Amino acid sequence: MKELVVISGKGGTGKTSIVASFATIAQKKVLVDCDVDAADLHLVLAPRILSRNVFIGGRETRVLPGHCTACGKCEEICRFDAIRFDGPGNGIVPKTFRIDPLACEGCGVCAHFCAENAIESKPSQNGEWFVSETRHGPMVHARLYSAEENSGKLATLVRNEAKKLAEEKSLDLIIIDGAPGIGCPVIASVTGADFVLIVTEPTLSGKHDLERVFELTKYFGIKSAICVNKFDLNIEMTEAIDAFAKDNGAKVLGRIRYDSAVTKAQVMGASVVEYTSGAVANEIKALWRNVVYEMA
Amino acid sequence: MKVAIASGKGGTGKTTLATNLAIMLSRAGEKVAYLDCDVEEPNGHIFLKPNIEKRETVYLPVPVVDQDKCISCRKCEEICQYNAIACMGKKTLVFQELCHACGGCYLVCPTNAISETDREVGVVEDGHAGPVGFAHGKLKIGEALSPPLVKAVKQRASDGFTVLDAPPGTSCPAVETIMDADLVLLVTEPTPFGLNDLKLAVDMARQVGSLFVVVVNRSDIGDDKTRKYCDQQRIEVLAEIPNDRRVAVCYSTGGLPIDGVPGYADYLLPIVERILGGAR
Ligand code: SF4
Ligand code: SF4
Repeated sequence: MKELVVISGKGGTGKTSIVASFATIAQKKVLVDCDVDAADLHLVLAPRILSRNVFIGGRETRVLPGHCTACGKCEEICRFDAIRFDGPGNGIVPKTFRIDPLACEGCGVCAHFCAENAIESKPSQNGEWFVSETRHGPMVHARLYSAEENSGKLATLVRNEAKKLAEEKSLDLIIIDGAPGIGCPVIASVTGADFVLIVTEPTLSGKHDLERVFELTKYFGIKSAICVNKFDLNIEMTEAIDAFAKDNGAKVLGRIRYDSAVTKAQVMGASVVEYTSGAVANEIKALWRNVVYEMA
Repeated sequence: MKVAIASGKGGTGKTTLATNLAIMLSRAGEKVAYLDCDVEEPNGHIFLKPNIEKRETVYLPVPVVDQDKCISCRKCEEICQYNAIACMGKKTLVFQELCHACGGCYLVCPTNAISETDREVGVVEDGHAGPVGFAHGKLKIGEALSPPLVKAVKQRASDGFTVLDAPPGTSCPAVETIMDADLVLLVTEPTPFGLNDLKLAVDMARQVGSLFVVVVNRSDIGDDKTRKYCDQQRIEVLAEIPNDRRVAVCYSTGGLPIDGVPGYADYLLPIVERILGGAR
């Protein structure tokens, strides 16, 4: 079984549109959306949810105002500046401590050291994950509740579930829509994968972000290659990306033109290759063939 | 006054808006700092071309275990929520890359076997782009935790206006960026992906309790569902910027469209006015 992850470093390079087209073309695969805090793939693939599951990722920690003696221990030991001195009074003290849920990382250290046992810390539900059926095969996806942590944990969970599903159904390919950036959800999407396709665009920002995300795949020792989307926006930059690839021993597996059909397809809830048979679709198909060849 | 520019979806034009607004505010005679909080993929420097004057490495304290003092009581393993420390036989091992630096193990160890050492998470660079104060963070490649670096960048706020360029998404680093902003601009584009991610960003902004407005970029592509959503949710659309290939080309080479594309600045005027009005 092979795991292909499509990432981009920079957001908005057209990664999800390309994954949706791959989903249309590829046979016998499981689809995965690891961009758990801004998942979009479902908008094109219109999954029918077969199972809905809760994701328990972190801890919800709060001060029980009735027990707090305002000793200040929690404030002293919290490394995340999450303790505020503005909780309600309780007859013992006029003001108690309160935990700001947005700043709290859920480490639970304050709860452990509170002499009055006034802090409660329990596992919290941070999102949901789904196993679904789409017109192009099974899909595993998730939704991290907004303003939540642990996107990396959820991305890892979704990938593991996809592997199980692929084994059960004897499917030999997993196509993953990864997250933007180079931090925790991206690392969780790519570690241990077989192949990473980096979708970039011919802009200085695109190239800059490509360099960082390429370095990340190298850091983790994962085989990766590049695709330049909207390549005709700036041919010079496209060539600069080719040169970067060459200098770093990476391959550019495809160039895809800028075409308003890509947005139109999205509006219609279709993948680009479903929506049009024009040049842009042919370029995506050629890219797919190259990816399959490189992955083998 | 702090203004954060955020969006659920990446590539909607956040950085273009943030950098151009910083320059426009500065040209209006205000003291401005631009802080790039997208520490995973910072791009603001490409457009502002700052002079970097200072460079500071940011560290997190992570545990090291003195095996001679360790009695394998497992107390550290029990308190750690991130599986970053584990007792294996007679040895206690630390998995640095999983550690969130909460200090729990250090505090709980009964024999003082644990001390703390520094792990580098990235650097913050400080400087100026003309009169505009500039700072950005660069997350070290392979490092998963970006919020501590975002915090370090935010310390560079100006006592005049501060423009915070947020990372995409709606999880910890985005929340950290918008947390104490006086106004949040949610940038979107009127496509199904843009709208879906805008809804998530609105949820985030509401949860954080931010004052927020929407800016629709490339407003003439896609469909009218974004506009309808905003009307229905009574969310103010402060500006709509039409699609313009010249802006895209200007962007691709690191130019500022307020200088390179005639008429572009006019679209941003309502935003500048709101920010200036908000400060008075
Ligand atoms: S500092 Fe906190 S996160 Fe790091 S190993 Fe110790 S208990 Fe775990
Ligand atoms: S708490 Fe201290 S003594 Fe106990 S296992 Fe951990 S390092 Fe060893």
